[in-house]
Formats: sequence, structure tokens, C-alpha cells
Amino acid sequence: MAEFTLPANSVVKTGKTWAAPAGATRVKNFRIYRYDPDSGENPRWDTYQIDLDQCGPMVLDALLKIKNEIDPSLTFRRSCREGICGSCSMNIGGTNTLACIKAIDAFDGDVQISPLPHMEVVKDLVPDLTHFYAQYASIKPWMQTQTPAPPDREHLQSPEDRKKLDGLYECILCASCSTSCPSYWWNSDRYLGPAVLLQAYRWVVDSRDEATGDRLDNLEDPFRLYRCHTIMNCTNTCPKGLNPAKAIAELKKKMIERR
Amino acid sequence: MSEYKIEHHTYDVVVVGAGGAGLRATFGMAVKGLSTACITKVFPTRSHTVAAQGGMSAALGNMGPDKWQWHMYDTVKGSDWLGDQDAIEYMCREAGPAVIELEHQGVPFSRTEEGRIYQRPFGGMTTEFGKGIAHRTCAAADRTGHAILHTLYQQSLRHNAVFFIEHFATDLIMDENGICRGVMAWDLANGILRLFRAQKVVLATGGYGRAYFSATSAHTCTGDGNGMVARAGLPLQDMEFTQFHPTGIYGSGCLITEGVRGEGGYLTNAQGERFMERYAPNAKDLASRDVVSRAMTIEINEGRGVGKDKDHIHLHLEHLGSDVIHERLPGIAESARIFAGVDVTKEPIPVLPTVHYNMGGIPTNYHGEVVTLKNGEPDTVVPGLMAIGECACVSVHGANRLGSNSLLDIVVFGRAAANRCAETLTPGAVQQDLPEAGVQKAMDRFKRIHHADGKLTTAQVRDNMQRTMQKHAAVFRTGESMKEGVAKMNEIYASFNDVSVKDRSLVWNSDLMETFELANLLDCAQTSINCALNREESRGAHAREDFPDRNDETWMKHSIAWLDEAGKVAIDYRPVHTYTLTDEIEYIAPKKRVY
Repeated sequence: MAEFTLPANSVVKTGKTWAAPAGATRVKNFRIYRYDPDSGENPRWDTYQIDLDQCGPMVLDALLKIKNEIDPSLTFRRSCREGICGSCSMNIGGTNTLACIKAIDAFDGDVQISPLPHMEVVKDLVPDLTHFYAQYASIKPWMQTQTPAPPDREHLQSPEDRKKLDGLYECILCASCSTSCPSYWWNSDRYLGPAVLLQAYRWVVDSRDEATGDRLDNLEDPFRLYRCHTIMNCTNTCPKGLNPAKAIAELKKKMIERR
Repeated sequence: MSEYKIEHHTYDVVVVGAGGAGLRATFGMAVKGLSTACITKVFPTRSHTVAAQGGMSAALGNMGPDKWQWHMYDTVKGSDWLGDQDAIEYMCREAGPAVIELEHQGVPFSRTEEGRIYQRPFGGMTTEFGKGIAHRTCAAADRTGHAILHTLYQQSLRHNAVFFIEHFATDLIMDENGICRGVMAWDLANGILRLFRAQKVVLATGGYGRAYFSATSAHTCTGDGNGMVARAGLPLQDMEFTQFHPTGIYGSGCLITEGVRGEGGYLTNAQGERFMERYAPNAKDLASRDVVSRAMTIEINEGRGVGKDKDHIHLHLEHLGSDVIHERLPGIAESARIFAGVDVTKEPIPVLPTVHYNMGGIPTNYHGEVVTLKNGEPDTVVPGLMAIGECACVSVHGANRLGSNSLLDIVVFGRAAANRCAETLTPGAVQQDLPEAGVQKAMDRFKRIHHADGKLTTAQVRDNMQRTMQKHAAVFRTGESMKEGVAKMNEIYASFNDVSVKDRSLVWNSDLMETFELANLLDCAQTSINCALNREESRGAHAREDFPDRNDETWMKHSIAWLDEAGKVAIDYRPVHTYTLTDEIEYIAPKKRVY
């Protein structure tokens, strides 16, 4: 029989429960993944009982309430609180999303919160996104042209051509999609993942960009693009309602068209 | 041995902050051959520039006649004549080239039928010196800040700019002659303290909206650069001028762009009346922000607010039709659905004036160099230090910023700072060691706050400050209420000595980071409310019920405020620059401001 050895510190233990204050009227349990890199101990699930009558409507409101009033050591990224900066992406109730625009009442029972899956955890809900960002840089996500730009005016772009960028440029690089993708879990060293491929496609279809050939060449590789197996978790999970799976399909189509 | 691991770095320039201004400066310096590092507490695309919606002003004239001179007039009038006209001329002249440059870098601007950049009307933006409505605000739907910030980050990648991401800058390192020589930053990922030596430190740290309880600003808008400057013994300018955006979503405070009104949206009170027609007969809903916010507040105070508690106002865009909303305003439709449960194609959005922008900040000239009043000379440059973007007070916005002038400000002055450094610095010039006393001071402060062990939590002190500012330095202000506010703020400022940090770790200790941020916010709040009490007139966003008129004779001057370690504020003044940069436009003399 095969035996598996789990890496050190990989078993998540049961942690502390922080009881609701006396007189709480509408209590909800938040089970939150905690990991303290300094302690050398295993990660744990802490449970915080929150009175929803004393809390804002979003999951981020609950996290802030915990940090402000119960446990200042709880650590997570946050900034804009309105779904545009992409800081507070995490796994909530089994789905990757943004804590700031995910309503608490979308969950019937306890709310379980953990970092984005399959990433190195720095602390609590903060994953290490260094590799994700490096992959983004690797596709040269900036406008490339050979023709000199018009000296004192903009490039012309028709509203129809501009429309091709809708659903692509809005990406906030929260990494919810990439870290929901099983293919990315297994092969993130070489597979670029949905977020980065969505951006690759954004430049391929920009009528002003002149590096389409180079961009597609860069993706012509068994891993970078073709590890997408149309599992579609990316599109299901995107908190901005974008469709990375479609962008990837379009890239594959372009690859075939140019053969 | 120190409990901290310390590493040393040397660059020609260190930029602090990676929003629009910081990024434009960073890659601008890199292009010019200066070794440049950008320190940022969040990954660049998380910076608050990302949340700008409506657009960036520039008199391109794509959708009707326009001139930079008209833009300048509007900006001067918008500033209620507190803006420095040399700087305003510079910004408005550079606006066209700045937008074109961004388009060439790939910003996905919305387009006209001719394929030009789409431009929408915005508050206070007129043609022919107030006669007509200008289409001046260049837009990428209602996500212009997002589009611009991502493009600027992409350009930074293209030019191989060096970043220190998720590093929190705690203090400037000043020498005994008042020259800025570097900055200290804490690396969140591993707890290392980094001492940066630089010929120039450029602060691009954004605003301090979180000094208030309700703000459109991100949690990260904590006035870090302002705090560093105040602690370095330098003054902050015009801190009393806080802009309330007319349309923050009731409850959450999330921003709904002025572009909604630019596209034809309007406000109503409980009687369904379009009340702005009474307050601004010409511009109506497109009067400048201070005017609209005051009108809304009066409507509510006089019992004509909407809702169960009659405490907010309705913003309508249902009449625009779903095509226009889908194409031009998709982002706010999403925000209104998520945060107000409203379908904007059918119902109005509940809104309230909400703290949005800080006109004041670190005084600079139009090159981005920090200036101070020294030996009677009000434009004395502080060597080694620059400031750009919302943390700076150039002053192009004076007493009230016009919508879409801030995306312009950050790009124009980010670029100006890079140009200035290229002109004045020698790449790779030998730098002296950092002054020991300056380093020690920064280290001691870090250690003191890291081990703070008082009775109050960071969140408690912050909450006290936010509620005090919200109550006593609001849209309308009175001397009596502000005196009370100043007394409270003095206590709250002192209570920081009794703060505690519960988490003693150094890796991603967000409790400690929030405590550093709180210290910076307290510096901002304290100078802001003191300057507000001191300024006995009404100008732009500073509306005193006890002094309802503008008083140019006494008050057409910038307040500058120094803060000592005990939180005591000393106020002096710098004159407004009443001259332009070139003879292509004359000084625009003050007159009554009507919309």
C-alpha cells in the first residue's frame, strides 16, 4: 500500500474559539485559517462568533470587525473595499472571491475563510503572489508597436475595435481565477494560468498593438497556454464576472488560424 | 545587537508610493538613466488611483471646441483663487500631451465614432470662461483610474523599474542641515528594516481620507508622506481643505462618479425636486463639488432628505437608458447593485456627500520640489525632497479640486518630477553615509511603536479620531464646534502615547502597520482641524457658517502648519502665486464664484 508523507506543518489543527459577546442577537461563526510563520507551529482554524447585528454586510466587514475589536493579530490584505483593487481575494465558503464584495448573508451556515488555494502562505490569509506577478510580467503586458505613434494625437481606434477590449481590460489581477484552476495548481511553474492568459489575449486583440505574432509565439508551448483543459473554474469564480476561459479558447483558436 | 535585521541600499532616487504619480515618476526616472527604486506598501495596482472612475481632464477638443486656457480658468475658479496660477498653467498646458502619451502607452480609452478619445462633461468644466459646457474629461468607461494605473504599471515593467513591494516607509532620514538624505522602510515579507540612501526622495503617498469615519478613500489612504514630512520638522499646507464628493453611496461611502451627472444624471430631494437648479442656475448638477455637497447638505438639514430618516439624496440615471449605462457607466452600476441593492436602470442611487480628496498636503513648486517658509522666504526649496500627487500641495487645486483634475495632476507632476531629477541630478553621484542621528531617530521610533504597550488599541484611537473629524470638520463648520473638535483631537493625539500593539512579530504584522498608519493619520487630522479653526472665512471646500464669505484681503494665502512632538500646531502663511508661468495667459483676477 502506498504511503504518503505530508510536508511539515501541513495539517491544519483546530485553534481557538472566540465566543460572541453576551447579549448577541444574531451570531454567525467565521472559521478562519491562521498561520503564524514565527511560531513554527501548524496552521489552525480559529472560530470567531460575530453578532451580525453589530457588523457590516460584507465578509470584509466581519474580518475588519475581528481585527479591530477581537484579535488585532489577524492578518489579511485589503485596500479599496469596493472590488476594484483586488487586494482581498481569498477563499470564502469554498470559492475564491473578494471579501469586500461578498455578502455575509450569501452563506447559510458557518463561513469558512482560507487563503487563495495552492499558494505559499506568508501569514494567515496572505499568500505569496510573487510568482503570479512574475508570470504577468513575462507576457510583456504593454503596448508594442513598430509604426511610430502619431506625434501629437492619439492612435485612432474605432468603437468596435475598442469593444474587443471589454471583458479583458477590467481584470484586477486578484488571482482568484488562477488559484482556482486545478491545472494551475499542478503546473503553475510553467502554465501561465487564466489571469495572465486573459491579459495576453487583451494585447493580442488590441487593434493598436503590433506584436501579435511575437505574443502568440511566446505562448506556443506545451505548458504556457495548452495546460488549460477547459475546466472553467476560472470563469465560474471571477469576482468581476470576466470570462478567462473564453479568452484562452480565443487564443487557442488564433494559434490554429495562423498555422 | 539590535533585534532588527538591517540592510542598506543606495539609489539616485527613491520614490515612495506606487499610485499614478509614483509610477509615472519611477519609470520616468528609469528612462532618464537614474537608478531608481520605488517603495510601496501595496502591490502597485492596488493603489488608490485604481478607484478613480470618471476620467482625466485635458482640452483635446475631440468633442467640441476647447482650449487649455479655458481649462485653466475653470481650475482657478474651482480652486476659489487659492491655487497657484503658475502651477495651474503648467498643468493645463501639459494636459493634452499627458493624455496622448497615456494613449500611446495603451490606455483603453473609450472612443468617439471618429476613433478619437471619448470626452465627457464634468463639474465646473466649461468653455469660453464659464459660458458653455466643456466635453473635456477623457474616459475609459467609468474605470479610468484602473485603466491608467494598470498602464503605468505596465510601463514600469517595460522599463525594468526596481520595486520594493509591500514595504512600509516609516520615516525620512534628514541631516542636521535639514537636507533629506534617505528613507527607512520595513519589509513586510521578512521583517527586514531597509535604509535607503538617495540623492532625492520623492513622496507619492496619496491622501488621508481615512482620518474621517466615512470616506470614499481606500483603507490604505493614511497620509503616510504627510506624517513623515511633519515629523521631519517641515510644514504641511492648506490642510483645512477637505473635499466631500457629492455622491458617495449612502452607508458604505463607495464612490459614484461625477461622470454619472456628466452623462446626464441628476440629484433629487424628498419632493422629487431637482434642487441643484436653485443653487447653481447655470451649471446645475455640474457645479463644482463643494457647491453640490453644500446644496445637498442644506437640503437634508432643512428636512428634504430622502429615506426613512430623511438623511440622504437620490441620484438618478434610470432615464439614461441601459445602453448608455452599459457602455459608459458599467462600473457604478455594479457598485450600486452590490452596495445599495439598486438596479440603476430602474431606481435612483441613495447618496451622501463623503470625504474624498485632500487639496492640502506637502507644499511644493511646479517641479515637485518641496518648499518651506525659511528666513522669510516662502519658496525655499528643501534639498533632497520632492512630493507629487495627492500628498502634495503644488497648489493646483487650491481650496477645491475639480473632478478629473487629479488623474491629470498625478501624471503631469509625476512626469515633472522625473524631468526635474534628470536635469538636476548626476546619475551615480557619490553619496555620503546616512547621518547617524537621523537613522537613530527613525530606529528609535520604530522600536518604540513596535513595543507599544499601553491601554488603548489602535482601532480605538483611530475610531475616536475618525468620529471627531466627521463631527467637527464636516461640510459646514463653525468656530464653536471646531474648538470642541480641536480640544478632543488634542486628547486623542496625546492618547497615542497609550496605544498598544498586540502583535509583536515582524513578518506581515498588520497590527503594527496600522499603528504606524494611525500615527500619520493623527498628524494629518490634527493639522487639518487646527488650520480649519484658524481660517476665518469660507473658501472652496472650507465653509464656515460663522464666516460665510470669502475674504481675499486677509485670507488669500496658503496656511502652513508645523506640528511638534506633543501635537501642538504652529501656523504661518505662504502667499498665493498671483502670476502665471508665461505671457500666453494673464493672471486671472479673483471674482465672485457663481455656477
